[in-house]
Amino acid sequence: MEQLAWLSIIGRIAQQLLPVWIALIVVFALSIRFKRRLGLYGKLFDSYVGMVGFALVMFWVFTAIFADFIITHDPLAQLRGMRNAPPGSALPTPGAQYPHYLLGGDSLARDVFSRAVMGAREVLTIAPFAAMISFMIGISLGLPAGYFGGRLDTGLTFLANLVLAFPVILLFFLLVAPEIQQTAIPTVMAGILFLVPVLFVMVLLNARYFTQPLKRNLFVGAALLVGFWAYSGLAFNADPLGVWGMRANLLNVFVAVVFVNAPTVFRIVRGITMDIRTRDYVAAAQTRGEGPWYIMMWEILPNARGPLIVDFCLRIGYTTILLGTLGFFGLGVSPESPDWGSTINDGRRLLTVYPHPALVPALSLMSLVLGLNLLADGLREESLRD
Amino acid sequence: MLLFLARRIGVMLVTAICLTFVVFYLTNLPAKLETLAKTQAGTRISDAEVARWLDRHGYNQPMLVRYGEWLGVVPGWVREEPDGTIRGRCVGVRGVEAAGERCGILQGYWGHSTRFRAPVGEVIGARLGATGMLMLWVLIVMVPMALIVGILAGMREGSRTDRSLSTFAIASTATPEYVSGVLFIALLASSTVGLSPLLNQWGLMDAPVLFQGNARSALEGITFWNFTLPVMTIALYGMGYIARITRASMTEVMTQQYIRTARLKGVTFPNIVLKHALRNALIAPFTVIMLQIPWLLNGVVIVEVLFSYPGFGWTLFEAAVNNDIELLLAASVVAVIVVLLTQLISDIGYVYLNPRIRVT
Repeated sequence: MEQLAWLSIIGRIAQQLLPVWIALIVVFALSIRFKRRLGLYGKLFDSYVGMVGFALVMFWVFTAIFADFIITHDPLAQLRGMRNAPPGSALPTPGAQYPHYLLGGDSLARDVFSRAVMGAREVLTIAPFAAMISFMIGISLGLPAGYFGGRLDTGLTFLANLVLAFPVILLFFLLVAPEIQQTAIPTVMAGILFLVPVLFVMVLLNARYFTQPLKRNLFVGAALLVGFWAYSGLAFNADPLGVWGMRANLLNVFVAVVFVNAPTVFRIVRGITMDIRTRDYVAAAQTRGEGPWYIMMWEILPNARGPLIVDFCLRIGYTTILLGTLGFFGLGVSPESPDWGSTINDGRRLLTVYPHPALVPALSLMSLVLGLNLLADGLREESLRD
Repeated sequence: MLLFLARRIGVMLVTAICLTFVVFYLTNLPAKLETLAKTQAGTRISDAEVARWLDRHGYNQPMLVRYGEWLGVVPGWVREEPDGTIRGRCVGVRGVEAAGERCGILQGYWGHSTRFRAPVGEVIGARLGATGMLMLWVLIVMVPMALIVGILAGMREGSRTDRSLSTFAIASTATPEYVSGVLFIALLASSTVGLSPLLNQWGLMDAPVLFQGNARSALEGITFWNFTLPVMTIALYGMGYIARITRASMTEVMTQQYIRTARLKGVTFPNIVLKHALRNALIAPFTVIMLQIPWLLNGVVIVEVLFSYPGFGWTLFEAAVNNDIELLLAASVVAVIVVLLTQLISDIGYVYLNPRIRVT
């Protein structure tokens, strides 16, 4: 077997990514065809920047979904003779395997391409989920702080500023350490942090349907059931059915990332709430005799969605960067994990001699975050237009 | 103004106490103390010996008391050994007669670093100087570049310059330090790939690499070749955000009435930008630049580790990895103080620069 030239490497990678291309084309064709009926999402396709960002993000989303079909080798398998192999190297004894390492091998003779693809899955399962939990916490605390004001606001703002005054990196060193994983701190924090989304959904539904007790009992009951099922599994790893679960080190990383992100979301939501609180439709709802939680959840929150959606995109990107930082310092991830941050960390020791093991995940991470930022920019522009 | 200052400083002190206590608590968890005992007294000691070691070194008191001792508001512990020698928190520093006095960070006693085997104060002091140089150059590079990019983009909103510069700013915020650092090293500081072998081949350069990928030599003397990459790596990530704020602020100012008046008066465009718009457009970026300094701290840790430049960030990393409790505590105190001070300065500066904000 010959070593591949650059053009044929690119060709073969494109071929491996075939499911991604098909999915992208389908999504774009459908979205552009029906863009007038799709609201803000459809308007995204009027802006060039937004489309590029969306394409980059969806590329990585589909790569993560189809990762099992895309990878050429087991991301953990170490093949003899492939240590630090340059991109396009042929396997010495291919057998039934794919005959080349498309983007070379790393210092432990694993396939860089497959690891980058699997890394996308690692990153994209944690980052959006962590951003979502941060948002729910930020919203559940920011709405009452902005709406009621007073002592509640002072207290919560002080707490948020306290967390924000912590240098992020220091917090990571302190919170994501093997010794901390032995204590109850991550579990207790997860217990509190994950409880908030459950309460959030419950209050959301209760505020809407409390005039129709039958419907309310059904919805709130169902939400409670699903919520506490997920809660028991995620926070305490005690899911009786074993569907939800999180490894101790992953939980630790998750808690740290949510803890860093939630105060910023809180500040944004609080600011928007204080602005919207003075609007006429809020006064109308108050005159109608609506309860405070109904006003917050169903009058203020929907009207704050524009900036929140934009910030959500940015926050997923920022969370990706944070996860990369954690991986870069080797904090909280299992040593074999193919996530991009720790792959960069592994590759940096031999960076000046064999740059490819670190360059591939670095460029992947950059393109995903760039896509998210461009998407946020496109959304902001389009939502400001009307 | 004075009342405002007093209240701000009061809140700052409370915040500092809360934060240092959290750090103290997290660094003094039982598991960490056990690790400390094992690194100090031998890795194979039994649990009973660990307990005895901790007891002998004053680690078995309640957390709050130890926090007070560390802070210097509670008298240090004293212990009389069976053989009659007196041990205590302050004995190691100031001799036996000081036993039972207060010696914490308020008295200037920062503890002893187990990683560097030196007083923490000395270690931190030396490293802070090194990081100061790095930060200085980062600010010198980053702030003017960000302001220029932001002003050029914001003075004609929607133009082609605006579009390309805004995209550049977005791209730079999407490139964290560990990505751009890796890219820079692979591109400019590698003898096998990137630009350096090409330049060598063409005979344009004698040295094997264009820039140094290791900044340790910058401690003896900073040169363009060993300091550019670390500085650029930090500056690039921080720049995008400041540039975007400057652009937003500039576009807003350019739509104001007084700009239109100046334009109608026949003032030239460069004069409008420099004399009428610039001063008002720089209020928002000022606060952002100040608030960006804590964020730079992240970058400093990553870059100093990546380029092995022994500064404050590198020390923080080493202390955290090696469970060097007192060094990590001191580093945290410094970091927290930096963050709180920049917040204070940014608040005061904002009030000072913007006369429309009244402090009552």
